[in-house]
Amino acid sequence: MIVALNVGLVALILGLAVWAIVAREPFAAVVGFIAYGLLLTLVWVQLHGIDVALTEAAIGGGLTGALLIGAATRLRGTEAEARAERPGPATRWLAAAVSVAVTLALAACVLVLPVPAPTLAPEVAAHMAATEVGNPITSVLLAFRAMDTLLEAIVLLFALIGVWSLTPDRFWGGRPGLRQGYDANGILAYAARLLPPIGVVAGIYIFWVGADHPGGKFQGATILAAMWLLVMMAGLADAPPIRRTWLRALLVAGPLAFIAVGLVGAVTAGAFLAYPPGLAKPLILAIEFALMPTLTLILGLMLVGTPQRGDTP
Amino acid sequence: MSLAVDLFSVIAVAAGAFFFLAGTAGLLRFPDAFTRLHALTKADNLGLGLVVLGLLPQVGGVVAGLKLVCIWLLVQLSGATASQLIARGLRRRGAPP
Amino acid sequence: MNVPTLFGLCAAALVGIGLYGLIVDPHPLRKILAFNVVGSGVFVLFGAIARRGAAAGMGGDPVPQALLITGIVVAFSATALAVALLKRLSDEAGSVTLSSDAPARAKNDAGHD
Repeated sequence: MIVALNVGLVALILGLAVWAIVAREPFAAVVGFIAYGLLLTLVWVQLHGIDVALTEAAIGGGLTGALLIGAATRLRGTEAEARAERPGPATRWLAAAVSVAVTLALAACVLVLPVPAPTLAPEVAAHMAATEVGNPITSVLLAFRAMDTLLEAIVLLFALIGVWSLTPDRFWGGRPGLRQGYDANGILAYAARLLPPIGVVAGIYIFWVGADHPGGKFQGATILAAMWLLVMMAGLADAPPIRRTWLRALLVAGPLAFIAVGLVGAVTAGAFLAYPPGLAKPLILAIEFALMPTLTLILGLMLVGTPQRGDTP
Repeated sequence: MSLAVDLFSVIAVAAGAFFFLAGTAGLLRFPDAFTRLHALTKADNLGLGLVVLGLLPQVGGVVAGLKLVCIWLLVQLSGATASQLIARGLRRRGAPP
Repeated sequence: MNVPTLFGLCAAALVGIGLYGLIVDPHPLRKILAFNVVGSGVFVLFGAIARRGAAAGMGGDPVPQALLITGIVVAFSATALAVALLKRLSDEAGSVTLSSDAPARAKNDAGHD
């Protein structure tokens, strides 16, 4: 029974992936990709990765989907020209051959994986008590591989700077995106007033409960960013100009706090990002509290995009 | 007792699945966008509602059950918002089929 | 065949499907979509390997799963940067063709980089 469920899930996912590649309209392809992302969440549940499932649903399905829908509608007139450039049958056969070869190579790798599977789970379980965190993935993200999380936050910041660096000179420092019309009696304004309080509570809950149960700051920050985006889309608030000091201060506060905690660890516990015994939980909380507004702002601003107008309201 | 509860869950979830099937059939077969939106909202409200109703006896505790009902209400809110926005956009554009 | 192997093979197929779309479709947005399909295939493969490492009371090896969370977030940021580049290309050149012999559209506005 479970086998039938999994086989059905795999069939649906492969079908949707093929649809996302071969659909004629880019908008249809993007919608198929969003459904594919949501079904991938079920795959993660089947693979017993609940934290990854939450992240995939929030970021892979939600934010990436919104980003690609915006891109598909913005680039609506360009499909005809692109279609004229489609490669001939020779290139297609070659591409198909390369794809099949790569698939077969990967499948062969999957089938010859070592049978007592090597795993780090016992090591994590043995050392998790020192971090005073109940969720093993949170302990890996913020204690054992904290360097990866720090570099990830810095990479996100760089991506945002990359998006901002595409501003035309005359709009530098201005507001991202176009001004959204505000219809006070519209359904979008109604939803943007009703949903954000619930969403903010849900986001902070998922962030807070990530210490001991599936959840965490990435998933929580995504929900908060989504609520902020909803408010901006309804016209209830405008995107902030990117030259505002408070915006830039909040953006760098997260990585700076993380690096500061790392230096504290270097001084008191002998290695960068090491935690002195007994202080692990407060330091982890400090990092997470500093990173939440940074992540929310980065995720929201990356979706809104490059500044397209000056900073006058 | 437990058999009756499980039977109730199976029947309710099956009924919810039937409404999802009906909604999908409507999406594929109805002639224009407005009627298709109408079919989809049936799947959202009734289908998901019946599935949640069927799952309520299976969760452990009142809080988890309240979370399920909350999810159903949030899906209804977002579905209603999206349907209204799509319908208004269609009417503004002259309602193509 | 057990569950991780099934999803591992599915992941291999996803990488192949995405790779074909990446090579064949000339529109950059479709390439970004195909690249995301390849990326998610790699993530599922990694997740299947993590599932095989279930031990010590956990459902899966937590270290690869934590790396996967990092990967999904970074993949989103890469997609956002790619989409921003694409929109800017469309604004400046009027078309999104990636071929090098496309005529550049005359710019009507005074602003230029």
